[in-house]
Amino acid sequence: MSILVNKDTKVIVQGITGGAGSFHATQMLEYGTKIVGGVTPGKGGAKFADKVPIFDTVRQAVEKTGADTSVIFVPAAFCADALYEAADSGLQLVVCITEGVPTLDMVKVHKFYQDKGVRLLGPNGPGIITPGECKVGIMPGYIHKKGAIGVVSRSGTLTYEAVWQITNLGLGQSTCLGIGGDSIIGTSFIDVLELFQKDKATEAIVMIGEIGGTMEEEAADYIKKNVTKPVVAFIAGKTAPKGKRMGHAGAIISGGKGTAQEKIAKLTACGIQVVPNPAEIGNTVKQALRK
Amino acid sequence: MNLHEYQAKQLLAKYGIKTPRGMVTAEPKQAAEIFNQLNFSKAVVKAQVHSGGRGKAGGIKVVNSPDEATKAAIELIGKTLVTHQSGPAGKLIHKIIVEETLPIEKELYISIVIDRKQNCPVLMASAEGGMEIEELAAKSPEKIIKFYLHPYLGLQPYQARELVYALDICKFQDKCSADIFKLGVSLFLGLSKLFIENDCSLAEINPLIISQSGLIALDGKINLDDRGLFRHKDLQEMRDIAQEHPQEYEASKHDLSYIGLDGNIGCMVNGAGLAMATMDLIKLHGGEPANFLDVGGGASKEQVANAFKLLISNQNVQAILVNIFGGIMKCDIIAEGITAAVKEVGLNLPLVVRLEGTNVKIGKDILNKSGLNIVSADTMDEAAKKIVQLAKK
Repeated sequence: MSILVNKDTKVIVQGITGGAGSFHATQMLEYGTKIVGGVTPGKGGAKFADKVPIFDTVRQAVEKTGADTSVIFVPAAFCADALYEAADSGLQLVVCITEGVPTLDMVKVHKFYQDKGVRLLGPNGPGIITPGECKVGIMPGYIHKKGAIGVVSRSGTLTYEAVWQITNLGLGQSTCLGIGGDSIIGTSFIDVLELFQKDKATEAIVMIGEIGGTMEEEAADYIKKNVTKPVVAFIAGKTAPKGKRMGHAGAIISGGKGTAQEKIAKLTACGIQVVPNPAEIGNTVKQALRK
Repeated sequence: MNLHEYQAKQLLAKYGIKTPRGMVTAEPKQAAEIFNQLNFSKAVVKAQVHSGGRGKAGGIKVVNSPDEATKAAIELIGKTLVTHQSGPAGKLIHKIIVEETLPIEKELYISIVIDRKQNCPVLMASAEGGMEIEELAAKSPEKIIKFYLHPYLGLQPYQARELVYALDICKFQDKCSADIFKLGVSLFLGLSKLFIENDCSLAEINPLIISQSGLIALDGKINLDDRGLFRHKDLQEMRDIAQEHPQEYEASKHDLSYIGLDGNIGCMVNGAGLAMATMDLIKLHGGEPANFLDVGGGASKEQVANAFKLLISNQNVQAILVNIFGGIMKCDIIAEGITAAVKEVGLNLPLVVRLEGTNVKIGKDILNKSGLNIVSADTMDEAAKKIVQLAKK
């Protein structure tokens, strides 16, 4: 088992003929992901890499291929439209990699997804991978290994770092996913924690948060009440200055709120182990598994 | 992107929100002309900088004659204003506004920001104006009234009416020649429209005053979502790079994300989360990071070289740490960028490089063959320990 994606997941790529879309579609195919189609308006009828059919619309792609998941590489200025199209075409999961979607576009998109009951992952995240089965995103596949640890994060490369530590210790991951670095995102920590708690393949959870917002604090309360599996957390940005956006649109301490210290204090108070050293995430979760 | 007060007031006026009569200038001499031209008997001269807390820092002066206006303008223009929000370096004053003073019956607070928990904009108002919202939230959070803007519809008239009643401003009607109820409703709706139509991240009026002539925005602060700027050519022109941190501005030209800090260890990392974690790790081992720098996922060799040059250009930097986990970013691109930058500008600082991920072997080969004096590290922990030691020497 795993969460959200597995060997049967049928994926379409929105923006498959663009630079990032075509590069990562190739990488996903190499990993073994079932890429059943691509969408680029105006290029319907063509084939990607001589085998993947390209469609003009998401609806056509879903009808012809039976796809259940989409991954979006459409440029930020047009991304909201691509997101609406995906949600309106009968997909279950939409993974948005695009960085830089205007916040007020995401306000509307978020509402649209809520009303449609479609799950959105991202935007501005690395995507999701169930090692050995399905990769829907931009993470380097080879650092992952099938196993029992669920990894969820607001970051991309910091997730790779944690995953690599886990893999090098001889352990593996059930599913790894990034929920995105923006201030308005589709899937929250709590949503993922709920899925990991239910997932039989997941025995321990790594949660990587960062400054900005209160998603980690809400997750802390949720874990205390609902999660029986060991959770190891890391919060990035202890040294971040106030009022500055640290790369991610959502990583900002505003009005003195959203500091790493607050988040760490809340998690600790809820009995969750917070690793002070990001190089120790792997070792800590290994120990947590033994308990 | 932040706007100056005078720019914010131009926008407010465009949405039917009254602001005091006044004009902006960069010429001290013009202060007196404005004073005369607008028939002031008393006026306020306000420094235009991207920072709050101007009043307490001496950036706002009340003047009673054209000569005093000029004197205040001379004192302000060209001066660096250090406020409790500006950071120790302060902000240079290029422009001032000279505007009328008004009798104040009541000061209110109103702002719109994005509420990350509710995933929509929220309008916050309080009958306790003049105070900063952080202060108010800490002191008396129960006095802050909140209305959420519907994602598709924005603020609705019924909400604006409720807000007018909640703030209880109609009790000042006898002090005011205009219809306060109508003004209030249209002001709240106008601010909501302004926020949404201009891709704002903050629209704040503090204080909003009740005066004889109605509801007037005595001060205005507007910040814009950089990601929405592409659809607002008019707002792009309002950018004032003189108010930005020089290295942060330089970085933004190369699509790099850079934030200056006070330490002496320069950091170059790919990915925002890993970059923050690297800074934290330096601190954990007893060092002080000089910056946050995320070279991003798809940077070119040139961007990496520019990033590296940016690090070296900071006079406080005494050692440099490169921490890369190649995913989309390939380690050989990083190695080529570093060697190109060093060839161009030289390097006499200790450099620790940790490369992992895509094309790591090719990357390490390039660095080994470059003849540069590089200390390599296999893990980020080792890299952080080494750089902290080297920076202390």
